Amino acid sequence: MTYTMWILLTASLVGISCGIVGVFLILRRMAMMSDAISHTVILGIVVAYLMTHSLSGIHMFIGAAFAGVLTAFLVQLLHSKGVQHEASIGVVFTILFALGVILIATKVGNAHLDVQHALMGEISFIPWNTVQIPLLGKIPVATLTLIIVLVLIIFIIGLFYKEWKITTFDPALAASIGIPVLGLHYLFMTLISVTTVAAFDAVGAIMVVAMLIAPAASAYLWTDSLFKMIVLSAIFGTISSVAGYYFAVWIDTSISGSMAFATGIVFFLSFIFSPRHGLVSNWIRPLRTK
Amino acid sequence: MSDSLSHAALPGVVIAFLLFQVKDLLILIIGASFSALLGAHFIILIKSTTRITSDTAMGLILAVFFGGGVMLLPIVNRTSSGNQAGLDTFIYGQAASMIGSDVFLTSVLAGFVILIVMIFFKEWKLYLFDPDFAKGLNLSLNVMNMIYILVLVLTIVIGIQAVGVILMSALLIIPPVSARHWTHSFRMMLWLSGGIGGVSGAVGTTISALGTSWPTGPFIVLTSGFIFLISLFFGTKKGLIVECLIHRKNKKEVQKQLFSPSVVKGGNP
Repeated sequence: MTYTMWILLTASLVGISCGIVGVFLILRRMAMMSDAISHTVILGIVVAYLMTHSLSGIHMFIGAAFAGVLTAFLVQLLHSKGVQHEASIGVVFTILFALGVILIATKVGNAHLDVQHALMGEISFIPWNTVQIPLLGKIPVATLTLIIVLVLIIFIIGLFYKEWKITTFDPALAASIGIPVLGLHYLFMTLISVTTVAAFDAVGAIMVVAMLIAPAASAYLWTDSLFKMIVLSAIFGTISSVAGYYFAVWIDTSISGSMAFATGIVFFLSFIFSPRHGLVSNWIRPLRTK
Repeated sequence: MSDSLSHAALPGVVIAFLLFQVKDLLILIIGASFSALLGAHFIILIKSTTRITSDTAMGLILAVFFGGGVMLLPIVNRTSSGNQAGLDTFIYGQAASMIGSDVFLTSVLAGFVILIVMIFFKEWKLYLFDPDFAKGLNLSLNVMNMIYILVLVLTIVIGIQAVGVILMSALLIIPPVSARHWTHSFRMMLWLSGGIGGVSGAVGTTISALGTSWPTGPFIVLTSGFIFLISLFFGTKKGLIVECLIHRKNKKEVQKQLFSPSVVKGGNP
């Protein structure tokens, strides 16, 4: 496969994974949580690096997933102690992020970690860092990670599809029929952390937020069915990443930035033209019913 | 809200730089305010016209605006004299890079914000705690809303220079949340919150000056986080220890009542 193909494949994988997870994220009204986690995983990665002194994938994953769950746990804890939900998110993630940045600046020094890279991501280097896999040949590490994560996401979401649906739309009912709502909450948080880390290399932490929220929010405007929403969101994610890539190449700029921007365009179009909730249809509908 | 607005300020900064090609703080601040205001209006528009909830709208605007800013940065890098360094500190914040006139401008803007809060103190109180009553008194909620967002944007924009886009929201959220644990009075909370913010700024900056090339913003945030932890445990109004003591006292009283003679006499003790 060519250089461009690998980048497009990686970006599409990010779009699909984030699109699927994002649907549940916005339906559970936890969009800001993704912003928080995308910042705190940096702390997880730094701590994992300080403990193992290696930058290999698996340590990073464990550290990041741990940081994500820690964030969710602390937010929940503060919230139960009477701090407003949004405020507790703000307090927790900024402190953890500040810790991470300080650790990078003082301890890690000139290692391969730097804040800029983690926040902005640099997708154009991905095809150079490959591993040899039997049957498939040479595959970039980031792409392989994303494939594994995507399979994991589809597996976990698919396996507990019913349970996810109930806990998302009616947590009280779910609790009353014996579904572990809190357990699923933490499982979901782990899933978001893992997705965020996997997408890190490709689009950077902040662009992950765009990829998580915007396609799902756009899909939310098009349909009322959960399954259709997931599919649409994955499609929107893919379209934005591909369009974003070509746009970035065209005007020669940051690829991850323009991908995030493309998700915004997709949302903007949905906002105007969606058949159910769009501006145009809201404007036409009263005329039709007359 | 503060988090999304501070991120939404980025494209404004970049565009302002792109248009005028100078790194004048005033122009950058105007650009930042403009795009942050635009972001705020988009959030309100999305929230009011569709079924998308406010947190989703905020996250969306945050990510898309920031993405737009990041997308424009390399272009700035190429076109101008390649002097992006100043814009970089705008993102991550480095108080040490400020010069005399910047400090002056920041002080003036900060004074302006404090003045607005002080002059309309009565109105703010009404607007926050009883909007219906405020409406009844012929106070326009729309105008108040607009002034509030304007003040918020101004605060964010002047703070960005010191602590950076990413940690700006920490300074907006942590001091008031900490102050909340000490008092129930709005006026006291304002004073306390301002004081906590000021102390964290001073202490954090001092600590960061101790090491070589230690970042300023994160240390300020950590200091305020430390104050928050102290407030959370030792706060006199909502602190955990106080609540624990009250709880224990109540428990004792209830137990005393349960075993009071009048109850014991009626049934089997």
